[in-house]
Order: sequence, then structure tokens, then C-alpha cells
Amino acid sequence: MSDRQNSQMTPGIAAARLPADTIAENFADLHAPYAPHEAAVAADRCYFCHDAPCVTACPTGIDIPLFIRQISTGTPEAAAKTIFDSNILGGMCARVCPTEDLCEQACVRELAEGKPVEIGRLQRHATDALMAKQSHPYERAPSTGKCVAVVGAGPAGLACAHRLAMHGHDVNIYDAADKPGGLNEFGIAAYKTTDSFAAREVDWLLGIGGIDIKYGQRLGENLSLDSLAEAYDAVFLGLGLGGVNALRADGEDKDGVRDAVDFIADLRQSSDLTTLPVGRDVVVIGGGMTAVDAAVQSKLLGAQNVTIAYRRGRDAMSASRYEQDLAASKGVHLMFNVQPVAVHGNGAVREIELEYTTDDGSGLKGTGETVRLRADQVFKAIGQSLETDAELALNGRKIAVTGAGRTSRDGVWAGGDCASGGDDLTVTAVAEGRDAAEDIHAALSA
Amino acid sequence: MADLTTDFLGIKSPNPFWLASAPPTDKEYNVRRAFEAGWGGVVWKTLGSEGPPVVNVNGPRYGAIYGADRRLLGLNNIELITDRPLEVNLEEIARVKADYPDRAMIVSIMVPCEEQAWKDILPRVTETGADGIELNFGCPHGMSERGMGSAVGQVPEYIEMVTRWCKQYYDKPVIVKLTPNITDIRKPAAAAKRGGADAVSLINTINSITSVNLDTMSPEPSIDGKGSHGGYCGPAVKPIAMSMVSEIARHEETRGMPISGIGGITTWRDAAEFISLGCGNVQVCTAAMTYGFKVVQEMISGLSQWMDEKGYTSVEEVVGRAVPNVTDWQYLNLNYVAKAKISQDDCIKCGRCYAACEDTSHQAIAMSEDRTFTVIDEECVACNLCVDVCPVENCITMEPMKPGEVDPRTGKVVQKEYANWTTHPNNPGAVAAE
Repeated sequence: MSDRQNSQMTPGIAAARLPADTIAENFADLHAPYAPHEAAVAADRCYFCHDAPCVTACPTGIDIPLFIRQISTGTPEAAAKTIFDSNILGGMCARVCPTEDLCEQACVRELAEGKPVEIGRLQRHATDALMAKQSHPYERAPSTGKCVAVVGAGPAGLACAHRLAMHGHDVNIYDAADKPGGLNEFGIAAYKTTDSFAAREVDWLLGIGGIDIKYGQRLGENLSLDSLAEAYDAVFLGLGLGGVNALRADGEDKDGVRDAVDFIADLRQSSDLTTLPVGRDVVVIGGGMTAVDAAVQSKLLGAQNVTIAYRRGRDAMSASRYEQDLAASKGVHLMFNVQPVAVHGNGAVREIELEYTTDDGSGLKGTGETVRLRADQVFKAIGQSLETDAELALNGRKIAVTGAGRTSRDGVWAGGDCASGGDDLTVTAVAEGRDAAEDIHAALSA
Repeated sequence: MADLTTDFLGIKSPNPFWLASAPPTDKEYNVRRAFEAGWGGVVWKTLGSEGPPVVNVNGPRYGAIYGADRRLLGLNNIELITDRPLEVNLEEIARVKADYPDRAMIVSIMVPCEEQAWKDILPRVTETGADGIELNFGCPHGMSERGMGSAVGQVPEYIEMVTRWCKQYYDKPVIVKLTPNITDIRKPAAAAKRGGADAVSLINTINSITSVNLDTMSPEPSIDGKGSHGGYCGPAVKPIAMSMVSEIARHEETRGMPISGIGGITTWRDAAEFISLGCGNVQVCTAAMTYGFKVVQEMISGLSQWMDEKGYTSVEEVVGRAVPNVTDWQYLNLNYVAKAKISQDDCIKCGRCYAACEDTSHQAIAMSEDRTFTVIDEECVACNLCVDVCPVENCITMEPMKPGEVDPRTGKVVQKEYANWTTHPNNPGAVAAE
């Protein structure tokens, strides 16, 4: 392209490091959808296990052998219904679930031959088929006259709202952003959810009816739990983790140092990725999925050198081995046992200084030896935190819940990343939202 | 490498793999390609009487059923006998035989059940130099409605009569091809023998409808919205064919009669099994139609390797080796007791054995909290269903109990002596043991 001024070598933070077609290719679907015959072959590998370990491993307990059998007999729509019965966001989970740590890890073919049935891709095949065909597969029960407030339009809130709506309750969702989806919309690598899937899925989900979303409503700012509890028959909090943990390294406030979640959100909301700037030398601090998503996407945008710096060893990394290998395959350098001690540069970051770490069993310690990496952009991905406790009891740094998401306050439930227990995964959030909805329904029906 | 040369009815061929009379052997071009690929012989596609040839449908002639990954398991066809002029076929047969003198060339024939019809065609076939003939008494569609094919094969008297004519008007070997669309295969085989047949070949195809199109409600293959039963063949028919072969191999009237085995033979192993059940050679069609003529190369190498490993030096040594072990149910040893055993090292914990046993059998498999599956000997009748449904080969085995051990299911001591139903006390017709 003649008007492209920049390249991978351009110093600093710059856009259009790669030609537009290369960027488009880089951000295409990570796993292309199955063609029908591929799906049939993949489905046929399922042994239809008794009391299948994959189902046990799925936080939402999808009847995986049944839906795969339904695919193999040419009824992917029935398969999708099986999936949605347990997980209304089965389409997104098919794309973003760390299946290698969940259902596919438990698959007996993983044990037998190291090659599990590709459950995630099969799930996508089924859910895509139904979503392409039908407006919405569920009908609401007759109205109960009850109304429930849901805070957060992310996976937990949406799953909760959908299940409540199915049971005939009206639902008002309050979300701090200007569009729904939560991390599905703002926080997941673009190549995992292409073609505005997150937004399309929410539209499809809202087809159930009875759910109204109000935007720009942030708990603790222009929204209070007291007023919600007063106005509604029940409240569900699925507000996620809005805060970002600090590095606690000198120079952290220099230009070019930012939160990885903000970078990912910018990227997801960008209508033209050739205009999105990225550093030449990028260092991502952290070891989770957010770190990997930020690092890989930096590389795909054209960053010359991208390093993930993680303070512990590879095995402790919360990003799965699959994600680590994906990052490595895209050219991301993985550094282990290093922690940031200082960000150097005159105004803007030029280098990051990392200290080697060791753990002799008494906790992680710096060794005193440091290494400096060239960096014109540093992303912080060392975890998110709860922005408001809404005066609820906490368990550690999250809202304490018992049973199906019951908080310390009567009539208030919580689920997803903001609530204690469970992994911080989309699928876990869906399960918690759904189960809380059932508990709310039972309470309101009593 | 084992010598695969076979002598079937005095007809020599470099290996026991012949192509069956079917579409692959309808033309000189195909048969030359087959011989170049290594086939030991062919049975030329069935010839009819002189005159206007039969016509075939112009829509689909084949239907199929599939296993995983569209692996073809069964094929049916509604194609008739050759639709090319008799003269053309005879000329081609003569030319090919002259060019491949070491290969077996058999001519399949189907003409009306009238002596004159056979008297007319047989000298013409003799002139080609072919090594023998095969009487098509088997095709179940089209020709049968005209009193030929399986319409003859279903009436032993006709078989005997036509076979006799052929032996009268033809000097070389006569093979009678049998239809499986009959209750007792021994009857037509015995009739062929009485008529003087040198051998029987079986099975021809089985009446079948492979599928129904649920949109048009037409059976497949569908010709303008209608379907007709066709002849079923391919891997799916092999067990039926082998049972019929074994019946003929051990029936007192037909025992020792040469058999050319046909029915779903796809690999060397299939061929070896047919041969062990008494076949002097085998005929193949669907495997060639599915994969092309090259498949014979695997059959040749596989059979050779297996024979070498077993120390067999000729195909003849293998013929009929399993026949003495085919018996009637009433002679099976009721004192033989086995129990299923699950190898925990091999088990992948799918639980299919458990589901099968718990739901449909004898509740003889226990499942623990950690998905360890074990056999409950007190309940196990050794039905073998767990072995059959287990996705891991040899993970579950049937272990015979030793004489003197107590079967925990029955509480009885396992006896060393053989005892069968004929002498069992529960059998009202039991005879006292000698």
C-alpha cells in the first residue's frame, strides 16, 4: 500500500505496521468453522461415553455426547438446543472456552491417544447452525409479574437474565458500558470471536423477550444497590472485575504503560485495525489469558518484538499450555521467572527492568539480578479487581457467595468474576448466572 | 514369500484373487487394467443370448450405506447383465485371454431356462479360449422377473437341469453361482452338484433397499422418483456369505465341492477367512469398485505375509482349515466357562461396557467413583458384549476358567469334560451320555 508510512521497524507506538490485508488475515477466525463433512467425521470420533467425563468437566454441564450424536445424525439444530438448554452462551463458549483444560482434557480419547474429540469446534458447528436458522428457540413462561435487576450485561448477567426471562420474570439489566456483552464484547481476543459475534449473540439471546438493558449505569457511581433492592423483587450482581492491579514498579506512570484490558477493548471496538497503534517493542506483564490475548494481538498488529514476562514458572501460568503455544507460534517470546522492578525512559517508556525470581518454597523472591528489555509499550495484565463491594461481605477480594450465588444480603445474588468461587471463565460465569436465576426463581415462586 | 498360485478346477492363476462378474469386468479395457494391476483372474460380466442386448436404467444404478468418514460399507445395484452385443464381448474375451494366458478367464452366462438357449451360446464361449463358465443363477433384480438369475437359483430343480445341459454342451469347468435370497443354501448347492457342477460360487447379491429419501419418499437409488430392490454387496454382507459358504463346506451332500468365495472381501484377511472356510479362491467386486484395481496389491502382500508367518507354503494348505470347527449350536461345549476381564492399563474409562452390560445385559460390570470398571464374576455370563462395544482392541478379553475352579455365578465346579446340549438334563430330548 502506497500510503502506508510505517513498518514493523518503525520506532515507538505506531499504526499500520502491516498491510491491511495482512492484518485482516491475522485477525481472521482462529479456528475456521467446520464444513459439514468435517463435522461428521469429528462427531463420529465421540464414543458416547457413559456418564461422560467431558460433561463432568464442563462448568455448565452440557450433555456433550448427546449433542455430538445429534450432529452425527444430521440434526445440528437439535444439537444446539441440547447445548443452549445448559448454556445459553454456548456459541461464545464454543469459541473462547479453554476446552483443553475442560471438556477436551477429560475426553477419553485424550487419555487414549492424546487427541480428544474436538468438542469446542463441534459445539460451534451446532450453535452456528441454529443461530443462522432460527430467531430464538425458547419461549417465555407466562408472566409472573416479578421484576429482577441484573447488574452487568456480561456472560453471568446475560445467562441469569435469560433464564429469569424464560421463567416469566421481567428483567432490567444495568451496564456501565455503552453496549452489552461485558468481556465477551470488550475483553477477548478478536480472532476468537470474529464478525461481531459477541454483539450478534446478545441480540439473539435477547430474542427471548422481557429483558431491558440500561447503559452507562455503574454500581457505586450512578447506581446503588440499596435503590435496586428497594425497587426490584431480586437483584443479581454480575459486574465483573473493573479494576486493574498495579505493577508496583518504579516508573509505572510513564507514557506507553497501560492496562492490557484497555488495549484489548480498543482493539475489539476498532472498526479499522490499520489505525490502531502498537509499539515496536512490546512487553506484557502477566501470565493469564489477558496477557496472552494482548501479546498475540500486538504481534498480529505488527509489533516487531513481543515478550510476555511472567513472574513464576511455566507451569504456574494460568494461561493454558495451548494458549502459551499459540503465543509462541505467533512469535511471542515467553519469559518466565521475571518480575518488573522499574520502567525506564524520559517521559515515555524506553526500557523495562525485570528482576529474576526464585521460589524455594517460602514464597516468591527476587534474586537481585535484573535484565533490561527494550520497550516502547508495556501492557499490565496482572489481574483485575473488584471496583465496589456494595457493602457486601467479601471472601478474599471478591463478593462472598454461598449456594447458588447468595450474597450476605437477602434478595441479592452474585455470580461471574465478581463473586467468590469458580474460575474466572466465561463458561463459569454462565453457569453461575444460570444457577442464580434458578435460585431466584425458586425464591420468587415460594 | 508364500506361493499364491492357485489351481481351481484345473484353472491356474497366479493368485487366488479373481474379479467377480460385475461392472468391473464388462469390457476389455477394464479387464486389461485389472490384469495389469495384478488380479489373478476375472469372471467376465454376464453374457445374455444373441440378439438385442438388455437395456439398463439411465439414472443411478447404485446405492450405498456408509460408516464413519463416508467409508462405504454396503453397496447395492440395479444394473442388469451386460448391455453390449454378445459378439463384441466374445471377441474381447478371446483377445484378452490370448494376451494374458496365465490369468483365469471365466465367462458368466445367463440365458433363458431353455436347452436351446444354452446349446446356442456355449460353443460360442468355447471358441474364446476362456477357462470355464459361471452360471449366473443369482442376480436378484430385473433378470429374475424374466425367469432368469435368482429365479433359477431359487428352484433347485432348475439349477440341476441347467447345470446338466452345460456339462453336456461345454467341456471346461462349470461353476454355478448361487443366490443368497433363499432359506437354505445347501439345497441349491446340492442341486448344482447333482447336475454335475464342478464348483459353486457364492454369494451373489442380496435383495436390498439401501435407503429411503425422506424428502421424496423414494427408495434409493431413485429413478424418476421410484426405486426397486437391488443386489446388496460389500463389507456388510461378508458374515452372511461366510455362513453360507461354511454350510456348503460341511454339508454331507456338498462337502469337498470346490467353492469360489464371494461377499464383501476387501482385504487379505477377509480372503484368508473365506479360504479357511473351504473356498479354493475368492472373487472380489465392491472393494475394486470402491478403491480401484490397485487394492489387489494389498491382498497379495497381506496374504503372503500371513502365510509366511504361519508357515503355509500354498493357498491349498489353508483351504478348509476352519471347517472342522464350524458346528451346530447343540454340539458346543456347555462345560466351557469364561469370564470377561478388563485390563485397567488399557482401559480409557469411556464406560461403554458398563452402559451395555447394565442396560442391556447382566449387570456384571461395576463402576467406581473414579470410573474404574471391573467385572463382577458372580454375574458375568461371558456374553462378550463388553468386548464388542469396547473401543480399545484387546482391552477386555474373555478368559476361560480352568477345570476345577468354581464359577462364582453358578457355584459349580468347572468340569474338564466336554458336554453339550444333546446330553444336558434340561433337554427333553437328551440322550444318555455314552
